[in-house]
Amino acid sequence: MSEPILELRGINKSFGPVHVLHDIDFTVRAGEVTALVGDNGAGKSTMVKSIAGIHPIDSGEVLFEGQPVTIHSPREAADYGIEVVYQDLALCENLDIVQNMFLGRERGKYGLLDEADMEQAARKTLASLSVRTVKSVRTSVASLSGGQRQTVAIAKSVLWDSKVVLLDEPTAALGVAQTRQVLDLVRRLAEQGLGVVLISHNMNDVFEVSDRIACLYLGRMAAQLPTKDVTHGQVVELITAGRSGDLGIARPETATI
Amino acid sequence: MTPQRKSLAKRLVGTNTLWIALVLLLLIAVFGALRPDAVLTVFTLQTTLVETSVLLVLAVGMTFVIITSGIDLSVGSVLVFSGVTSAMTMNSLNGGDATNAGWGVVVVGLLVALASGAAWGLLNGLLIAKAKIPPLIVTLGSFGAALGAGQLISNGSNVSGVPNVLSNNLGTGTTFGVPNLVILAAVVTALGALLLGTTRFGRHTYAIGSNEEAARRVGIGVTRHLMAVYLLAGVLAGLAGFMAMAYFRVASVTGHDTDNLNAIAGVVLGGTSLFGGAGSIVGTIFGVFIPAVLRKGFVIVGVNVYWQPIAVAIVLVAAVWFDQSRRKARDRS
Repeated sequence: MSEPILELRGINKSFGPVHVLHDIDFTVRAGEVTALVGDNGAGKSTMVKSIAGIHPIDSGEVLFEGQPVTIHSPREAADYGIEVVYQDLALCENLDIVQNMFLGRERGKYGLLDEADMEQAARKTLASLSVRTVKSVRTSVASLSGGQRQTVAIAKSVLWDSKVVLLDEPTAALGVAQTRQVLDLVRRLAEQGLGVVLISHNMNDVFEVSDRIACLYLGRMAAQLPTKDVTHGQVVELITAGRSGDLGIARPETATI
Repeated sequence: MTPQRKSLAKRLVGTNTLWIALVLLLLIAVFGALRPDAVLTVFTLQTTLVETSVLLVLAVGMTFVIITSGIDLSVGSVLVFSGVTSAMTMNSLNGGDATNAGWGVVVVGLLVALASGAAWGLLNGLLIAKAKIPPLIVTLGSFGAALGAGQLISNGSNVSGVPNVLSNNLGTGTTFGVPNLVILAAVVTALGALLLGTTRFGRHTYAIGSNEEAARRVGIGVTRHLMAVYLLAGVLAGLAGFMAMAYFRVASVTGHDTDNLNAIAGVVLGGTSLFGGAGSIVGTIFGVFIPAVLRKGFVIVGVNVYWQPIAVAIVLVAAVWFDQSRRKARDRS
């Protein structure tokens, strides 16, 4: 078991009268894939956005590498090495792979772009992730498949010495072969020592790549367990009812939302 | 280095740019074959280039604006306004008539023209980027307002008294046979091409036009950048006003009503997408010269010159249709 790299302690978040996150405890470990599961509206996205600095938290503590931190903006999150790959990817279709990977953080002096340097770095990053599906790093994103785009978005997030990568349903819209490639990529990120958080609805994906499963139920953390200690059925029960036997919330609240 | 240079060349000659360059060459070839004695002369070349210089400067700024998926309808009016303020400042500095004024007055006039353009550009940028009013509406407003303001200041008439040193040098002077006006336009165009193609500023311009949300998420200051782009278009319109004044020896308040549309047509003909995110200054050069060559060619060959706008319209609509179907094919894949 490795060191926790990112830790949430007792996080609360409300939008007006709606209490979305209740006393969330959550740990991300370096070199591990932590799957974050939960039904629609359980608070997964809110939790990710709180970590990314998009939604400020109301109370609770965030520890990064053991130090308490407050993250006010996506930029600050990126400065700590926390990257989020959102479901809609947000790539610039007209730009090529290199241009997208370096967007906003272009290399070069005096405002001029050092294309050769960026191209080389992009190639190196893709190679280190054993990405072989893209023929040329100068292909425009518009002509890439869904899986390749996901790959570019993920590779973009690890280009920057990042330590934690949060992936929001990276396989949601992909076919079988492409899902396979992205899951391999997720695994490789963890092997490179990053803390990976994988949000997914797909139990097969979750069991295949994750080391731990964290299950949200109506804004509460129902359980966070090593993947090998739970079964499919238990996780599904945790997602739908918030408890499964001895696991989960002791007295699940009635669904009011 | 080799693959990089290849890709740079590929980016410069995007599919549309290549086609439009071929169209331009074809036009020159056809007119040249019909009247080789009149078309392929230094005089024709010079006049065509000079007459297009002012429009080219406007179109360079317009290229940046359209790549951000915006539009600037105000450039022609800002050109008029800048010319008027510049000419009137020079006149008042020289006791009401600047015809015999020196270089010092001319420099002040240039600065006034640039500042006037910058002011309108900044106003456009503020309303578009900060107040989030659609560019079409904002610049439609400043299109009317800038022209009105120019006519108010000049009392509705052209402003004469343009310094001879300015007209004789920048306006009609040549260096090694090349008109100075053309040299200035070429320098502006080259700088614009470098800014767009090789700098962070240019890259962010493409990114905002391609996917504004993505640009915001990676931390690009979209609001600031958009303001800078409209400011650039304004400053270039101011410079164009100064150039037009030098060439015509008068700051004209009429005859620029369709400059904005001509600039947009040139940019779009050159392969810059109205949807944003794609385009180039090189394409804009070709795009601006197609209407100019058509007009010149029709005059020389003896075709009724009123055919020119019709011919331009056909090429323009065809170019946009081509761009659209290419995008559709891409989105389908």
